[in-house]
Amino acid sequence: MGIRVAGLTKHFGEFLAVDNVSLTVESGELVAFLGPSGGGKSTILRIIAGLETADAGTVSFNGQPADHLHPSARGVGFVFQHYALFRHMTVAANIAFGLRVQGASRRRQAERVTELLELMGLTGLGHRYPSQLSGGQRQRVALARALAPEPKVLLLDEPFGAVDAKVREELRHWLRKLHDEVHVTSIFVTHDQEEAFSVADKVMVIHRGRLEQSGTPDEILDHPRTEFVARFIGEANVFETRVQGGAGPVGALRIPVEGIADGTPVCLVVRFYDLKFWRDDQGCARVVRMTTLGDRVKVEAQIDGAGRIFSQFPRRSSLLHGIEPGCRIHIEVTLSRAFMTGTEDGAIETAADC
Amino acid sequence: MSRPAQITGVQRGRLALRSGVMIYVGVLVVLPLAALVQHGLADGLLGLWRAAVTPVALQALELTLWTAALMAVINAVMGTLTAWALVRYEFPGRGLLSALVDLPFAIPTLVTGVMLVILLGPQSPLGGWLAAQGMPIAFAPPAIVLALLFITVPFVVRAVEPVLLEQDPAEEEAARTLGAGTWTVFRRILLPPILPALLSGTIRSFARALGELGSVIVVSGNIPYRTLTAPIYIFGEIESGQPQTAAAVSVVLLALALVLAFAARGIEHATGVHNG
Amino acid sequence: MARRARTRQLTGAQRLIVLLVFAYLGLILVLPLGAMVIRALEEGPGILLLTLTEPAALQGLLLTLMVAAICVTANGIFGVAGALVLTRHRFLGRRVLDALVDLPLAVSPVMTGLAFLLIFGRGGWLDGPLDLLGLKVTFAVPGLVLATLFVTFPFTLREVAYVLEELGTSEEQAAMTLGASPWQTFWLVTLPNIRFGLGYGIVLTLARALGEFGAVLVVGGAISGRTQTATTFIYNALEERQEAAAYGMALLLAVISVALLVAIEWLKRRRERGE
Repeated sequence: MGIRVAGLTKHFGEFLAVDNVSLTVESGELVAFLGPSGGGKSTILRIIAGLETADAGTVSFNGQPADHLHPSARGVGFVFQHYALFRHMTVAANIAFGLRVQGASRRRQAERVTELLELMGLTGLGHRYPSQLSGGQRQRVALARALAPEPKVLLLDEPFGAVDAKVREELRHWLRKLHDEVHVTSIFVTHDQEEAFSVADKVMVIHRGRLEQSGTPDEILDHPRTEFVARFIGEANVFETRVQGGAGPVGALRIPVEGIADGTPVCLVVRFYDLKFWRDDQGCARVVRMTTLGDRVKVEAQIDGAGRIFSQFPRRSSLLHGIEPGCRIHIEVTLSRAFMTGTEDGAIETAADC
Repeated sequence: MSRPAQITGVQRGRLALRSGVMIYVGVLVVLPLAALVQHGLADGLLGLWRAAVTPVALQALELTLWTAALMAVINAVMGTLTAWALVRYEFPGRGLLSALVDLPFAIPTLVTGVMLVILLGPQSPLGGWLAAQGMPIAFAPPAIVLALLFITVPFVVRAVEPVLLEQDPAEEEAARTLGAGTWTVFRRILLPPILPALLSGTIRSFARALGELGSVIVVSGNIPYRTLTAPIYIFGEIESGQPQTAAAVSVVLLALALVLAFAARGIEHATGVHNG
Repeated sequence: MARRARTRQLTGAQRLIVLLVFAYLGLILVLPLGAMVIRALEEGPGILLLTLTEPAALQGLLLTLMVAAICVTANGIFGVAGALVLTRHRFLGRRVLDALVDLPLAVSPVMTGLAFLLIFGRGGWLDGPLDLLGLKVTFAVPGLVLATLFVTFPFTLREVAYVLEELGTSEEQAAMTLGASPWQTFWLVTLPNIRFGLGYGIVLTLARALGEFGAVLVVGGAISGRTQTATTFIYNALEERQEAAAYGMALLLAVISVALLVAIEWLKRRRERGE
């Protein structure tokens, strides 16, 4: 089932939680709402489910407006951040709940419970109570419970936020696999980029109640449309400067900028991996620190007459030859993105010819 | 049940539930109090004043206030100590002690009065001995204070207990390692956090004592000018067919009780104390 | 709630505090209770039986039980409804309602009785209409019921509201997204979760209804065989110097109270564990 949201706005008191958001999720898609906490992602999800009422805007499922429907009539499966399992019911009763309130026969309920326990790798735990399960198991029960009535849409609110790192990895894998098998239209909320990019077909970046950008993981990574997306996604250096003769000066470093008039104030965003450092005694910067992070090395350098700049290289990369703390370097910017300060225009990308 | 359920339908149900509750509270709680206030003020504020300042009424109010105040002070100290022992120490009989604190919630107040008369009355060994020493307790103000102490035991204990549970004993230990003495630790570390709860619990016990009838009516002997408390005075006026005077003194007592209740509520709300 | 470890090895001063607390509660609570038990037993162990076989006492006890049953039912239903409204609805006047709920706790039982007299009694607000209908409220059972309902109103509501607050709304929301109607959500999810809080509130209501004295005395007049309850039976017996009857009923009520106390302690523990 496709979901369309148009002009959604929601205040909590004075606070504007959702600011005129419109978006479309195609039938069968797995979409991630990505952004920092408090940005309005969960609120949008809850409005879609009918758990919150929007001040303005509409939600429609397959072109049919759903705003007047009570949550119980929307056919939406919802997985809550802290599971919200029924603590006085066994795992099996939790999973059967949706079918039970529909009036499904006991046999049908039992069949579906067995089926889902197996699908979720929970076989044999049906008679336990939620308090007797681990965090990862509870999350899978929550997922099974939401799936049991065969919802047309699955909404997951920070589904893996409350479990530890290793289990989270496992559950992500689960979700992706599950979606490939069941193909139910799904939206999940996360503040974890890696989670969004590794699981979702499409990522929607949401910040301060607004939809910043929507696209495939590659589109978002390679073509950030707003300054926020460029800064938030991946690791990047950010410089505020004014254009001067086809470049943005940052101390002694000149970052190429194309197609922006001289004197325009810009924000330049350069990804760590869009930089190259060469040892050069006449270079414009000096290496201050080198930190090994597993298979990568992070290099921090001081630009003459300006601040610090960071880059990252694979640990055994030939690009690191001769670079050591204290040495002077030449900096080559292979790709930069310029955002004109105070405008809503997209990025102007400038790639070095190499 | 209609499907698909619409939000407007559900909202109508919620509105009906809310209205039902409002009407119930209105009829059961608001209406009687309105009647009381209306009759108390029937002769205007001056009439209220005249009814409340007759010598007997004044004496009754005075006795009620000082016995309640004495009770409140003792209750504040002993209630805090009890809560402290229950939360911080492990000792044989702790569970029993905790259950004992709730006893006054379960025992009818009139039965409390009967117990005290049996214990302290002139026919009892203890009462007889006390009377022989020239310190009769039954049918005298000390018996009123004892009765009030009995019925208000849970108030301070149950208010302070949850706050003490939240408090980290490490704070105390930290203060001690910094060289603070027992008294300083108590005054600077322990007291400030429990003070709001202690205060609201004490105020609530005081307010409860102002209106107490069952236990006091049995132990006091109802001697005008000596052991007649305000609620008993009101009762007497009703019995002798003076509902207007009774209503007037009631309004005075009610106003005081409400001010106290709101003060306690204010303290609880301001500091997030739960009054369970 | 963080439960801290309690000190097991008590120092001298700490032992003194514990001893002091025991002594105080022993003196204030246990000594009077013990005195009554001993005295009642001195009258002969058959005193309880005697009480239960005396018609006036039996009638009073049955009346009290009936009034208590009505209060538990009515205040149970409206207590749960009121608690849901207070914790789950947001509306203008919610704070006023919240304050009104506590009012009965601040009102002396005598005043409660008086207030109902002023509404339903002779010359009261509703005297005329009631006369026309041939209904008698004061010095009759309906008056006893109304006064006791007033006095016991806050207990269930407050206990349930407290549990609902602690519980949060997430399970109810989960039930809704799974297709449960508000009614199904209440029966299948909310009610099972509040059962111990509700039970606790009901026991407190029961205890207070059984023991209510001032309000029922004023509004009912303690007329033997008609509006005399268990407590007003004791009061009348004392006035008439029939001490054996008074002590017998008092002991009976105390025994019931201790049974209720056991229930209170058990429910409180279950409620705190939140199962």
